[in-house]
Amino acid sequence: MKGEFVVNGKRVRCTFSTDVTLLDLLRSEGFTEVKEGCREGQCGCCVVLLEGKLVNSCQVFAASAMGKEITTVKGLGNLHSPHPLQTAFVEAGAVQCGFCTPGMILAAYALLKENPDPNDEEIIQALDGNLCRCTGYVKIIQAVKRGARRMRS
Amino acid sequence: MKDMHQVGKSPDKIDSLALATGDEKFTDDFTLDDLLFAVLLYSPHAHAQIDGIDCTEALKVPGVVDILTHENVPRVLHSTAGQGYPEPSPYDALLFDKRVRFVGDRVALVAAESESAAREALGKIKVEYRLLEPLFHMEEAMKEGSPRIHADDEHVKIPAIYEPERNLCAEVNITLGDLDRGFNEADFIEEHTYRTQAVSHCAIELHTVKSCFDVRGRLVIISSTQVPFHARRIVSRVLGIPLWMIRVIKPRIGGGFGGKQEVFLEPLAALVTWRHKRPCRIVLTRKEVFISSRTRHAMRIRLKTGVRVDGSISALEMDGLLNSGAYGTHALTVLSNVGAKVLPLFNKIENLRFHGRSVYTNLPVGGAFRGYGASQGYFAFNQQIDMIARRTGQDVREYIKKWHIKEGETSAVFKALGEGKEGVSQTIRSCRLGECIDRGADAIGWKEKRGKRLKTGIDSVRGVGMAVAMQGSGIPKIDMASAYMKMNEDGSFNLFVGATDIGTGSDTILAQIAAEVLQVPVESIIVLSSDTDLTPFDTGAYASSTTYISGAAVKKCAIELRKQIFRTAARMLDRDIEQLSLECGKVVDTRNGKALSFEEIAYHATYFEDQFQIQGHASHTSTQSPPPFIAQFAEVELDLRTGRVAVVKFVSAVDCGQPINPKLVEGQVEGSVLQGLGYALTEDYAFDSNGKMLNPRFWDYKIFTAADTPEMITIIVDSHEDSGPFGAKSVGEIAINGPAPAVANAIFDAAGIRLYELPMTPERVWKKLEESSEG
Repeated sequence: MKGEFVVNGKRVRCTFSTDVTLLDLLRSEGFTEVKEGCREGQCGCCVVLLEGKLVNSCQVFAASAMGKEITTVKGLGNLHSPHPLQTAFVEAGAVQCGFCTPGMILAAYALLKENPDPNDEEIIQALDGNLCRCTGYVKIIQAVKRGARRMRS
Repeated sequence: MKDMHQVGKSPDKIDSLALATGDEKFTDDFTLDDLLFAVLLYSPHAHAQIDGIDCTEALKVPGVVDILTHENVPRVLHSTAGQGYPEPSPYDALLFDKRVRFVGDRVALVAAESESAAREALGKIKVEYRLLEPLFHMEEAMKEGSPRIHADDEHVKIPAIYEPERNLCAEVNITLGDLDRGFNEADFIEEHTYRTQAVSHCAIELHTVKSCFDVRGRLVIISSTQVPFHARRIVSRVLGIPLWMIRVIKPRIGGGFGGKQEVFLEPLAALVTWRHKRPCRIVLTRKEVFISSRTRHAMRIRLKTGVRVDGSISALEMDGLLNSGAYGTHALTVLSNVGAKVLPLFNKIENLRFHGRSVYTNLPVGGAFRGYGASQGYFAFNQQIDMIARRTGQDVREYIKKWHIKEGETSAVFKALGEGKEGVSQTIRSCRLGECIDRGADAIGWKEKRGKRLKTGIDSVRGVGMAVAMQGSGIPKIDMASAYMKMNEDGSFNLFVGATDIGTGSDTILAQIAAEVLQVPVESIIVLSSDTDLTPFDTGAYASSTTYISGAAVKKCAIELRKQIFRTAARMLDRDIEQLSLECGKVVDTRNGKALSFEEIAYHATYFEDQFQIQGHASHTSTQSPPPFIAQFAEVELDLRTGRVAVVKFVSAVDCGQPINPKLVEGQVEGSVLQGLGYALTEDYAFDSNGKMLNPRFWDYKIFTAADTPEMITIIVDSHEDSGPFGAKSVGEIAINGPAPAVANAIFDAAGIRLYELPMTPERVWKKLEESSEG
């Protein structure tokens, strides 16, 4: 089937089969910043914001995202103009292999949009759907706090 | 020590911004046109002979291009272990075999125009299996009449014990002193059997390979590998493709932990590309990673210690049985390491025996895993030490401080036991374990909490426990790393290293080392790593070798450039080199303060007089492997009704020599601790009675999440290892060794029960609680 959606503010027209997931469609359209870690909705590497809500894109049929707005980590900022959360992850040392990082940052962003000044417990709750095997989460939690401070100021 | 301006600082990891913006590329992020998607068919049986494979229907599925089976691939015995040559692991694997040896062993590969076509075809391959009796229990592997798992042409490349006809994959046996005398001198004996389980590395990036031809007809393999140079060699040998025709590129890697040292997918993707002259992609699913890649080796360790009343150990006997699973990758070296990385720590034990056997079973394959045998050994050793200290009425902190190896001392075990062969004698030049113990104990609140059994609720009680460990820094006389550098006209440098950054930050710390030598900002060092066409050789990311071995190669290389810079400046200033000094990107004439910038020097060399490229290269090997040391402390809260153990606080105090980048050191420790806590408490392979893994998904195989993370404190003590680059040792593995025994010792402190088996699940803890209340 054919469809159209908006990714990071840009309109994307695409052709896809009915059973394809949003994850696979996004990656095949070149949005490789959306990562695949389990395809079972457990690792959180593939999360995107769908109409502003955090979803595991491996658990969403692409067809259901048509006509909607999607934000990936590239929609928050880029190398030349990074989002404060992206900078915070860098400075806090929260990026080791970096494979979970796009998902982590989006999960943190979704939290901070609702709750600009979360406590540790709230941060941990918000990141509970995102697995990281490198960092032990310590610096990720610090990064979210640092990013939150920066976004508030 | 002189002031350092790059080493010991924590500049941002050089790839981290592009990782945070999603711009960096992992293997599957490279797009290749005209791609073939390859998927694998796995054995549903633990042990079977394949009497026939019928691919007729599968080949009819639209889009299917090729099916590979044992009938049409090269039959070359090899090891997938991804080690240096000759591998210490047996040559017991084929691309595909007529026999399958575990549920998850490979039967066939389908290459198709789409993944869905390939998967559809998988279901249509008809395999006729003749079931063979399976062997699951390592204790039974060597019994008379047990099924044989390997016994044809399998062989070893090095002088080592290998007897596949009785499922013996490796054996190690060393004795020092007089064991009988030692045990006779003992006032009491502690003898216990410990069991550790298989676990999965769970790197979040799935194992991924892409292959294609370049425009000159050479094979290019992009791979999520820890060992690009070994991968090139193994692909060449297995497929019979000349090595010069193969290029292996390692892009960003989403974690390895030893799992991506195995070279088991690269030859298959390469073969599809070779046969069809088209790019090929293999990405395992998470389930496939669990069932078909590699695990930490499960072990049974019997530890017997003869102890005098003062606590001194008169004899120690360690007997290890390692479950290698269906193939023998790393079976010898992990087994060796159980003794080699543990026993030297208490170097005053004169009468000592280490005996270990690795055996084949029809279970998933063990392999390299962060800790590499030390994790298994320290689980046993640290509990035994805790028991001895308690029984002799000593504080375990003081007990360990008294008996552990010190600076200026050696252990006969270093020489007796290496990685699969005799080891290398060495004297410890840096050891701050005592300080690690003191500072760690203060941070956990040892004095206030140890032995207090503080109640935090009607049914919850707390305890604290500790563990110590050492590891190594590279494999002496085996690991080799090299580096190449050149200077650009503006005074910046390109650094080319074979060293393999798998997420650890090695690109960054190697840049820091070069920047320190050349007295330039780290941004002036442009790093390119791990491309077999562009970078010089490195054995790869394993054995805690990168900082110590690759770092030393980079340091040597940068010193060579510095010499050339001085020589050029000396000519320009008409001075002797001795009259010059280096200061922040400048060469200064110490007599008159006149300075030449690196830019001026580089322009001069490039364009003006005696033109030449300022460039250099260096290799490094080491005759020693100085161990880092660590003391780790756990505070647990035990629910006496359910047996649930929650780790509330965890402290690590590490002596890794001079930290090149303290923030990255902390990251290695924190990540290791959490991975180690999963090993301690939750992670396990559950099998049904037919050897099939029941929990191959994150829903059922529980790794720690943010919500499980305890308060974590990491202390880096001041230390300097003279033989390391700027005083550095290693830190990538060591911190995974302590969590399991520290938690076990904390559980004992809380409730007086001993857990000898991992993981320490609520069921096991509860059972022990029941037993102790009955007793």
